[in-house]
Amino acid sequence: MGDLQIKKQPKKYDAVIVGSGAGGGMAAYVLAHAGLKVCLLEAGPMFDPKTDSNQLKNPWESPRRGASTRFRPFGDFDGCYWGWEVEGEPYTQSGKPGTTPWEWWRARMLGGRTNHWGRISLRFGPKDFKRRSIDGLGDDWPIGYEDVKPYYDKIDKLLGVFGTNEGLENDPDGFFLPPPKPRLHELMIKKAGAAVGVPVIPSRLSILTKQINNERGQCIFCSQCGRSCKVYGDFSSSSCLVIPALKTGNVDLVTNAMAREVLTDKEGLATGISYIHKDDMQEYQVSGRTVILAASACESARLLLNSKSARHPNGLANGSNVVGKYLHDSTGSDAGGIIPELFDRKRYNEDGVGGMHVYAPWWLDNKKLDFPRGYHIEFGGGFGMPLYGFSWGIENLNGQFKVKGKVKEAGGYGASLKEDYRYFFGSHVGMAGRGEAVANINNYCEIDPNVVDRYGIPVLRFNTSHSDYEIKQAKHMQETFAEILHAMGAVQTWGNHNDAHNKYGLHAPGNIIHEAGSVRMGNDPRTAPLNKWQQAHECKNLFCMDGGPFVSQADKNITWTILALSMRASEHLVDEMKKQNL
Amino acid sequence: MDRRKSIKALIVGSVSTGVLVEACKTEDKKAPETAAEAVKEGAAPAINRMKEEAEHEKEVVSKTFFTPDEMATITILGDIIIPKDEVSGSASDAGVPAFIEYIVKEKPEHQTPMRGGLRWLDLQCLNRFGKPFKDCQQPRQMELVDAIAFPKKAKPEMAQGVAFFSLMRNLTATGFYTSEIGVKDVGYIGNVPNQWNGVPEDVLKQHGLAYTEKELRECYDPTKTT
Repeated sequence: MGDLQIKKQPKKYDAVIVGSGAGGGMAAYVLAHAGLKVCLLEAGPMFDPKTDSNQLKNPWESPRRGASTRFRPFGDFDGCYWGWEVEGEPYTQSGKPGTTPWEWWRARMLGGRTNHWGRISLRFGPKDFKRRSIDGLGDDWPIGYEDVKPYYDKIDKLLGVFGTNEGLENDPDGFFLPPPKPRLHELMIKKAGAAVGVPVIPSRLSILTKQINNERGQCIFCSQCGRSCKVYGDFSSSSCLVIPALKTGNVDLVTNAMAREVLTDKEGLATGISYIHKDDMQEYQVSGRTVILAASACESARLLLNSKSARHPNGLANGSNVVGKYLHDSTGSDAGGIIPELFDRKRYNEDGVGGMHVYAPWWLDNKKLDFPRGYHIEFGGGFGMPLYGFSWGIENLNGQFKVKGKVKEAGGYGASLKEDYRYFFGSHVGMAGRGEAVANINNYCEIDPNVVDRYGIPVLRFNTSHSDYEIKQAKHMQETFAEILHAMGAVQTWGNHNDAHNKYGLHAPGNIIHEAGSVRMGNDPRTAPLNKWQQAHECKNLFCMDGGPFVSQADKNITWTILALSMRASEHLVDEMKKQNL
Repeated sequence: MDRRKSIKALIVGSVSTGVLVEACKTEDKKAPETAAEAVKEGAAPAINRMKEEAEHEKEVVSKTFFTPDEMATITILGDIIIPKDEVSGSASDAGVPAFIEYIVKEKPEHQTPMRGGLRWLDLQCLNRFGKPFKDCQQPRQMELVDAIAFPKKAKPEMAQGVAFFSLMRNLTATGFYTSEIGVKDVGYIGNVPNQWNGVPEDVLKQHGLAYTEKELRECYDPTKTT
């Protein structure tokens, strides 16, 4: 450390972007195509799905047969580097009574978590931007659906999403590619849904069932979007935004660059970013006319809180003292079962696209319910590729059902056991409710005064808890799952023991990996760090373009809205630069 | 990229790692050893790994967990659980013992239940038959297996053995059905570039289901060229 010094990059950029996921990738794409000079900092290594994806690998090509590791919590073939823990980068919890620890997923790679995400691409509806006006809880956004709609329209066409126009009030129509036909268990779910009053419609996933341009291929129906796609047949920020942005020649990408803080001048304006390069462990500074944070809702809040100066003693853009607050995730609770009608099924390739072909958008009126906000249901099942954990626990299954006409003793071994594995394969079904938690000022992340990461950067400490709203919502999910399973003739095998003692299976906050709200937008600088253009009230050349700016996150997966909002804010930034306002 | 080209790119992509290894052999004397060693050690160079994962992989395969005697017992038990039948081969044909050796190093939570369970089994055999499990005659081995293979009817005093056998069954099955032999046996026939066009007609009929007109109109159909 004797020769530790700060290296200043001589080039001054129009924008320095921190993070290359959905938000940062879109910002780089828009700015680079507008001719601006961009420096894009990514905390992880380069990743190009074309060469780096584990797509089409067989289970036996992984010595652990696809089992999860701490490097890849979603399995050995998954397309995301890191997850719940990152080596040398801890985070802590307040541990206050009544809190539930936040589970924080962090990707470290070009494109971030968009390399493996579920591709569920749902527009927020008109009601989702104005929830306070409807139920008196939380806050309205400073913008409405009509402000975002043009950008949803553009990204539908630019990035591609399949689905159907159903004319639903709060699940708006879009520009959809044809959806894939439902699989067998999905037809059964649809039929059962109709019987119990749950609408089941084609899912909306950003996967190319048809080719949309010459740079990206059509889906090959291998169901492995989670591994990232070699033919760019689904949306990842790496393949669809950053790599095309690099081709403009206007973007300098720095990988393995861990941002330390936002630099500011005497007037309090942002001048650039200081970062540590993980390869040489040296300190660098890069300067820009504007700075865009898109490091993830929590990392962006952390950067702001760590950027203290005489002009910004409480952290940058934090005169309101709400940076880090209103942190929330989707709610989640799951259940599943086995469908006797599907025992001993005829074999065929039903891989389909990577994810469900049908889903259930929120369908009820909260006035008749004991909780606010809704949830949608995601479905799983069918002939999945056998991976680590395949048919684990058959001793709990094979004594319960007749196999080829006779009930066997549970457990067992030998040729008879082999028959059982074949008999049950492809007959499972799973359901996952994903809903809206009410953003709350008492759920927050802050800087832990005592702990730094391996780079010496102070880390986040979380303080999050569930409210009765979320718990009651999870209870409703479990009741709905049981109803659908029953109606389709399935026997529930898991989730049926969820009750008040475990909050009806409600996942820990953060576990659904939809972090949002920690750098929120609002018209009043006293209650929100950002204005309606995702621009800091107190530092006009600083923007945030990830999940941080969300005032609330609807019962919709947030990526499509991060993309739409990032495009909107980026175009605004370009306009303001042209007008010499930045 | 058109469809044919993109599928060709996929196939070339998966072959290229092999080509690369071959190329190394002729050009560099040191490289082939490392590459060959990586393959031998199960480091699977064909799988994308970040730097930290590659280091972890080396560490896992550098250790040996089970003793030769333990491995012999695992092999016998594995082939009792998944024997060769008219459809496919046995657990040991599919390399399951080596998989179990690997996975307990990767998932240390299995180490004590496996080691202790194997010892429990040997002690039962020593007490009953005067020999450890692997050295007992086959009928003796089966007598003991029958006492622990059926959780519902096993005697209460055999409960620890039942827990061990269930773990052994699960590890064996997961290793077998994720092997090339096992995937074929269970009839998973995906993992290839293809065009999904819905559930086959005869299967729909069998279950009394049909696509609606709306679905047939709106959904992707590879036989239609528009």
